[in-house]
Order: sequence, then C-alpha cells, then structure tokens
Amino acid sequence: MNIIIDGRSIRTEEQLTILDIAEREGIHIPTLCYHPALPPQSVCRICLVEVEGEKVLQPACSFKVRDKMVIHTDTPKVLEARRVSLDLIISNHPLDCMTCDIAGNCELQDLAYEFGIKESEFKGRSIEYPIDDTNPFIIRDLNKCILCRRCIRACDEIQNRRVLGVTNRGFETKIIADFDLLLQDSTCEFCGQCVAVCPVGALTPKISTGMGREWEFKKINTVCPYCGVGCRFDLNVKDEKIVKVTSNSENPVNGIALCVKGRFGFDFVNHPDRLKTPLIKRNGKFEETSWDEALDYIVNKFIEIKESKGSDAFAVLSSAKCTNEENYLLQKFTRAVLGTNNIDHCARLCHAPTVTGLVTAFGSGAMTNSIEDIATEAKAYLIIGSNTTEQHPVIGIKIRKAVREGAKLVVADPREIDIAKIAMIHLKQKPGTDVALLNGLMNVIIKEDLWDKEFVEKRTEGFEELKETVSKYEPKIVEETTGVPADDIIRAAEILANNKPASLIYSMGITQHISGHLNVLSCANLQMLLGNMGIPGGGVNPLRGQNNVQGACDLGALPNVYPGYQSVASEGNQNKFEEFWKVKLDKKPGITVVEMMDEAEKGNIKAMYIMGENPMVSDPDVNHVRKCLQSLEFLVVQDIFLSETAKLADVVLPAVSFAEKEGTYTNTERRVQLLGKAINPIGDSKPDWQIICELSTKMGYPMNYNSVKEIMDEIAKVTPIYGGISHERLNTNGIQWPCPDKEHPGTTILHVEKFSRGLGHFSAVDHLPPKELPDDEFPYILTTGRVIYHWHTREMTGRSKGLDKIYPESFVEINPEDASKLNIKDGEIVRVISRRGKVEVKAEVTERTQPGVLFMTFHFAKSNANILTIRALDKVSKIPEFKVCAVKIEKI
Amino acid sequence: MEIEKIYKIIDDMVDNNEGLIPILQKLQDELGYLPINVLKVISEKMHLPYQQVFGVTTFYSQFRLEPQGKNLIQLCDGTACHVRGSKKNIRATEKRLGIKRGETTEDMKFTFEVVYCLGSCALSPTAMINKKIVPKLTPSKILKIIDELS
Ligand code: SF4
Ligand code: SF4
Ligand code: SF4
Ligand code: FES
Ligand code: FES
Repeated sequence: MNIIIDGRSIRTEEQLTILDIAEREGIHIPTLCYHPALPPQSVCRICLVEVEGEKVLQPACSFKVRDKMVIHTDTPKVLEARRVSLDLIISNHPLDCMTCDIAGNCELQDLAYEFGIKESEFKGRSIEYPIDDTNPFIIRDLNKCILCRRCIRACDEIQNRRVLGVTNRGFETKIIADFDLLLQDSTCEFCGQCVAVCPVGALTPKISTGMGREWEFKKINTVCPYCGVGCRFDLNVKDEKIVKVTSNSENPVNGIALCVKGRFGFDFVNHPDRLKTPLIKRNGKFEETSWDEALDYIVNKFIEIKESKGSDAFAVLSSAKCTNEENYLLQKFTRAVLGTNNIDHCARLCHAPTVTGLVTAFGSGAMTNSIEDIATEAKAYLIIGSNTTEQHPVIGIKIRKAVREGAKLVVADPREIDIAKIAMIHLKQKPGTDVALLNGLMNVIIKEDLWDKEFVEKRTEGFEELKETVSKYEPKIVEETTGVPADDIIRAAEILANNKPASLIYSMGITQHISGHLNVLSCANLQMLLGNMGIPGGGVNPLRGQNNVQGACDLGALPNVYPGYQSVASEGNQNKFEEFWKVKLDKKPGITVVEMMDEAEKGNIKAMYIMGENPMVSDPDVNHVRKCLQSLEFLVVQDIFLSETAKLADVVLPAVSFAEKEGTYTNTERRVQLLGKAINPIGDSKPDWQIICELSTKMGYPMNYNSVKEIMDEIAKVTPIYGGISHERLNTNGIQWPCPDKEHPGTTILHVEKFSRGLGHFSAVDHLPPKELPDDEFPYILTTGRVIYHWHTREMTGRSKGLDKIYPESFVEINPEDASKLNIKDGEIVRVISRRGKVEVKAEVTERTQPGVLFMTFHFAKSNANILTIRALDKVSKIPEFKVCAVKIEKI
Repeated sequence: MEIEKIYKIIDDMVDNNEGLIPILQKLQDELGYLPINVLKVISEKMHLPYQQVFGVTTFYSQFRLEPQGKNLIQLCDGTACHVRGSKKNIRATEKRLGIKRGETTEDMKFTFEVVYCLGSCALSPTAMINKKIVPKLTPSKILKIIDELS
C-alpha cells in the first residue's frame, strides 16, 4: 500500500504507525511520551500531525496508516499545536536544568531547544512534592515529572510488576507506587526499568547523583558480571570511574531490561577494598610485593612441589566469573604445565548433574532452548527448583509476561517463591523428593494416555523400562512421599500434557541433592515423554548460575574433560592435545572440588591455585574447608578482593574485574558474548589471562599471546563446538554454540530432529531419599538458596552500597507454626545447629517456608549457612547436597 | 466492623463478578471510609495491582481514604474561583482549623477539602459546606460559618 507524507509517496505495510514510517524514511516528528520499547499511550500530544480527512490533528505515535492516506507533518497548524502542547508541559516543570543531573540527556530540554521555548506562556500552578529518596537506588522527584506515563508502562510491560500508576485527576494527577507509598515501602524491586525510560530528571539513579553529565561519559557496551542470563548493558565511565549503567534496546537477551544487580550493583569495581598489589604472607602477615617477586616465589614453590611430590599434589580451582579465554588458559596451565587433571570450579556446586544427566539422556549437557523461544512460544511451563524471578530476574520477567498473556504455569518448589504467586498450580514437594514427584506426573501422563507416542517411538529408547518404573508411582503413593496432594499431581500432569509445547525450567533445587543426577534424568524423561524436545517453546532448560559458568565448563575447567567436553580418558583426545600443546599429558581424570578438600586434609594435595573462587563461603561444611586449606603446604589465590579464602593464602595475586578486561562470556543459553573494556586495571592489578601467561612462561612453558583474540583463535582450533567462533565474528548479538565452522550461524535449539547422541535415552530412576533426614535430635530440614539483591558469597554485592544497604544481613526463615511452638518471634536472633556446626542468625517468621523446613541464604560469611550444610555427594556428579540437611533451632 | 465481615463482603461480591466501583461503594457505606488495608484486601482478591485500586479510589471524589469529620468543608479552587481569590479563603480556613487540605481536625469535627469546580462558577468563589453550596465566599464569611459549626 501507499501513503503520502509531506508530498512524498511512500510504500508501506499495514499495522504500522505514522511515526514508524516517518522514522524509517528519515522524516522528523518530535515525540515525548513515546518510547520505542513501550506500547504508545499518546498523552503528550507533541507528535501531532495532520491527516487529510480527519477532523482533528492525530498523534503520529499511535495512529495507524491506511492505504492512500495523506499526511502533513509540518504545516503551521501542526507546528503551533505541538508548540502549545509543549508549552503546557513546560509550564508545570521547574526550570532547573543548570543543576539537573540528566541535563544533556533530557528529552524535554531537547524539545524546548528545538521549539525555541525559553519560558512558558502559561503561568503554571505547581504543587510541591517531597522528593522520595529513602531507598538506596532511585531518586524520585515528581516535581520534574511530566506525566508521560512511560514509567508506568515500563513497570507494566517490561518488568510486569505494575507497581506504578496514577492517582487523582486533572491538575492533581501524579504518579504513585502502590498506595502512594515511598518506593522503599512499595512492592518495587528496583529493577530501574522506569529510570531507563523516564525522559526527564524525575527518576534518576541515586548512585550517579553529581557524578557528571551525559556529554562527559564514555559508554562501553559489555556483559553483566552477575548471573547466567547474560544481559548486556553500557557502562558509563568518567575519569576511569564507572558512574552509571544504562541499557539500550539493541541488547540481544534483555533489550532495555536489567535487574537491580546489573543496573545498580557496579560500584564494587571502584571500591577501595580492591587488591592493588601482589601480597606474600610472611610470619602470618601479608606484605605488599612486586609482580616479579610474587611470581618467582610461586614458581619456585610450584617447581619444588612438582619435583618432590609429583603432579598430582596440585589442585586448581578455575572460575565461572572469569572469561572463556582465561578458563582455557588455566586448564591448559594445569594440564600442560603442572601436569595434572585436578582442575574444577564451582559448576561442581551448582550444575554438575546437569552435565552428567543431560549427556546421558541427550548427549549434550547444556540448556536445550533459547531464552527467546521459551519466553514467546511456550504454552506451558514447569518450573521446578528454580526461584526464577530472584535468581535469573530477566528470564523471570519474560515468563511473568508469558503467563499474563495466557501461558499456563506449574511451579514445583518447597517454598512459596515469588513466581509461585502467579502459578496455576504450586506443588509444594518436601525437599529432596523431586524424582518421586516427576515420576508421579509421568505415571498420570501414561495412565491417561497423554504421552507423545510418535516422538517416543521415533526418537527415543528405553521407554518400556521407564513405563514399568513409573507405574509404581501412583499419585496417592507419591502424595505420601512428597506431601503434594494427589489431585494436584493429576491436574499438573494434565496441564503440562494438554498445552504443547511446554518448557521445563530447573535450577539448583533439582541439582543440589545426592539424587541430583537422577533428578536431571527425570526432567529429561518427562520432556521426552511429552515430545517437547527439539522444538521452540519446549526443552529441558537448566538456568546456569554464574555469568560464565557455561563457558568455564565448555572450556574444560573440569577434571574429566578437555575443552568442548572431550574426555581426557580417551587416547585419541590425549594424542590430539599432546600434539597441539606439544607436551605429555596425563590420561587419568582428576578430582572434583569437594574431593580436593578431602585430599588436602589427608595430605595428598600439597598446593592449590585458586582463581576467583571463594570456597570458604560457598562450599558445604566450611569448618572442614578451613581445616583442609590450612593443611596445604602452599596456597595461591588470585582475586579482586581479599576474600575469606584469600585470607588463608600464602600468595595473593590481584586480578581485574569484568570492567577492566577483554574476552568472552557464555551465557546460560550457550551464547558466546564479547566483553568491552571500560577502564584500565586498578592499581597494579592484571587480567587473569595475563597473570597465567606470565606464570606459565616463568615455569618454562611460554604462553605468548598478543591479545585475548588470539586465545579464542586457539580455542576454536581444538574445541569443535566453538570451532567457528572468533572475536571478529561476535558483534553485539554473540553466537550460540555449537558453531562448528566460520560459516555456521550458531544453534538456537539443540536436538532438533536428532539428539546429539542419536536417540534420546530414557533412564528409569527411583526416588532416593536425602542423606540426612530429620530425627529426634535434629528435627528440622534446612534448605539453602539466594535472594535477588545478592550474588553468591557477596564479594561483589556486599561492596555495592545500594545492594548492601537494602539487604544487609542473613536470616533464617521459619514457618509461623514452628515459630510459635518454639516461641520464636520475628526478628529475634536464634541459634541454628547441625552435626557440623552452629550459627546465630535473625529469624524471619513467614509462611514462605513450610512447617518443618527452615530456609537460609548462603551469601553471608557471617552466619554462614554452609557451616551447617553436609558434604554428602551425588555418586555420579559429585555435587554436594546443599538443599537438605537436618538441624535444630533454639532460642538464645 | 470485624475484619471477617469485611472479608465476607469482598468475597461475596468478587464471586458475584461485581466491579471494583460497586465494591468500593459498598465498603465505604459500611465503614464510612476506605482504609488502605481494606484496599489491599480488595486488590489481592480481585488480582488487581495496588496502584490501580488506589488510582480508581482517588479518581472519584466520592471515595475517601480517611474517616470524615462531622462537618465537611469543601472550598473550590477551580479556574473561576481561583481568579476571584479562592486562595485567601483557603488560607483562612487552614489557619483557623489548624489543618491542611485533605485533613480532618483531631476532634473529628471538621474535614477540609479543596475541590476543582463545583459547577457554580457564576457565584464564585464558592464552597460546599455539608453538601450545601455557599456563594461569594470571603474569609470573614467562612470563618463565621466555622464558628457557628464549632
Ligand atoms: S524500579 Fe522496576 S519494579 Fe520498581 S517501579 Fe520501577 S519499573 Fe517498577
Ligand atoms: S516519572 Fe518520568 S517516566 Fe514517569 S510519568 Fe513522570 S516523567 Fe514520565
Ligand atoms: S538478570 Fe542477571 S545478567 Fe541480567 S542484569 Fe540481572 S544479574 Fe545481570
Ligand atoms: S509522543 Fe505521541 S502523543 Fe506523546
Ligand atoms: S471554578 Fe469554582 S465553581 Fe467552577
């Protein structure tokens, strides 16, 4: 169809607005309440245009084009109308531009300039609103608000929270949060989506107040350092300091959405606690030293230990916070220079069973689908053991949106987690009974003949065994094991079977059990049974925790595989890497995180090299971890802060944060993304890759790379799944592996038409109870988890002012029923005791947790939940059972 | 009224698919005003965001969030009244009662509100006192009325 704008004939399609086309054609129409990431609301009337045949002027931002429409954008009538609209807005706006933080980035200021308006012709009557700045993140100054309602739409459409709205009417209209509360007291979760879209200075980030103006900032697009969602954002830098994070619609995973950590949690980078020089411990005290001295000291020690005790006296922990290139180098250093396969990292503590389980079932141990298709094409979800809106917030908001638009949500979680509030049905299984629950669902699906016969027949093997096993899991029996009512199990099974495709999402609630491997197999069984594999909107989707835990696994920071999951036990692989690295390699698989600690205690491991990990807070039974690390002869820790673990080290090497380095991270959906370097290393600190290279060279195995790019080129040569990846190819969009060659576009969905291993494999598995169940002495189950405001062991978020302030201390959740039995009041300090240790912590009396179950986060070194947790390991994947141990709780 | 009874009213009306406004009206009739925690219960039962229920409640001047005093004084500050000096009347009233617009005196005798246009612009500045229009208001006139009502 054709339309005419200002005399120009233009070909267009239907469903577009006048503004869409004008922008495409380079015709300028001013806007104010319009924002490209939001649906139009047309309240400001700045974008008025004349449409022939319409009695009044129409807003271009929402008026849809029709064939043969004739539009004028610059007649005197149009210009005058726009001017009046703008003048009315300005009449109620304080002219504070001289001191306003967002001057230079203010759309109202730009329009006033464009229209040449200095002062309003109307005398506005202004109500004075008090400034809302009690919360640590956002300053809300409604005196500057122009009522464009973008913030309302952002909170509604992007964040899907609907905290913001309007109250009153006419001249007294104003934006409110909930019942006209301060943001701090409202249901706001400080994602800052509203700040990102506010065109004026009404909503501004507190942390950036007085830190500079738009024109002074350098903007660097990079990847968030926190979770595995892998949001991209722009670091705004002034004088080597990060002053602000902004987002833009171009980012592939998140668009303009971010969570509170990504948007406001960056100030740890410039925190005074940052390590600035290498440290050597002498007589129990750290002394500052030069790089040369520190590295020589390490090299001497390492060589001495290697010669006297052999290669297997070393153990190395790599880091899911470091880049792909750094993980590659550290495993190369471990294997080629130290001569052992004893390398592991924190994936052992979160998703080891994902790798073992999904490899068994499908042949590849990664999230099968992409965030985009899960969010937009699934008709139903089963979220099991994932506190999605708190742990993977930006995925959480997308699912919230899908549910609002009609997708059916089943949540299985022992706790009343946030996303359970919008679930159609919430199955509150007892911790550690997931296999029973999943078998129960499959029992119903088979009995009611709801399974996908064609898929099972053509694409899988092992169905008969599965059928026999799950036939024992009648809903009534499962109810006894799991505590979930039989009717709910039946209803959930029907929802999942009748709404195809359904996507299964899980996280650590599935993996952190001695039955972790079995739990993952069960998830895979269910999705194969329903025929939900290899299709958009389906899949088995483990949400990976750390920003680069996927990458650290991919690049071989694991004891049994080289980069790209190539087994070290295979002679072919050994030969390949020996030839490539030009050194003899060991064929014997190495040991895992928890085993390393045990071996250190026994005196078999003499030296450890830990890069960017903090086992003193993150590992189970930390009293035991301390003992183990103390029995080492030599401990090197490389980190950005003096963590609890670093305090025990003999040598500490200062590394740089994500903002100071180049390289790539791989997010939970296998998307390899390029980092941008925003500032120079702080003090004498160096990027981890450079430290490893220097150390290796001094050890007599030269690693000479001129840039991080060259490391990726080497990775591509030996890692088939990364075969086509190079920094040159990675623009803002990144590439999802497998990407075998330079022409390959990457892979959004795995196992389409064929599983990586050929046929999908059903494993008939039975319920395996947790290692330590409650008894008379320790009558409660303790389960652990996280909150949205903190990250892992808080080395970063604890040093971010806002995040620390909003959530400063640990707590233990206890159900009101149990609390009243024990006479424990909300906010009271109590003692929680397990067979391994005890902690004192504040009690939070809440229905969120069920009777008999206590919940604690593991973020805090003080009142650390991991003093209590148990070292029981899953036999196959060696993950510890963080999610269940027995405790008692007492008043102090 | 006990909380159970309030819950029951809300439950019954929500089950009957009644709209938000009738529910608000009914509860205001029962309670005399709409306390925030009642609005909260309504939001949750109706699965509506808090701000939306609050927004509707404050949009219509018939709803009040605070208990009302024995006498209701509403001064108009609409365009016509504003031009003819309603500000002076407002200031005088606030001073005499010792409260701001939208508030109620501690002895619960007076609630004072400012409204925008009472539809009697010809008689401006106007007031509505206990539902009766008072024309051509002056500070001395309003003070006298307050004294009479005290
Ligand atoms: S910060 Fe996020 S949740 Fe809070 S009001 Fe703004 S958009 Fe809504
Ligand atoms: S606070 Fe900002 S985004 Fe929200 S209505 Fe006011 S000016 Fe618009
Ligand atoms: S969702 Fe994850 S990646 Fe995105 S901003 Fe938050 S922490 Fe960062
Ligand atoms: S931009 Fe179109 S009405 Fe505001
Ligand atoms: S403006 Fe006061 S009655 Fe109309």
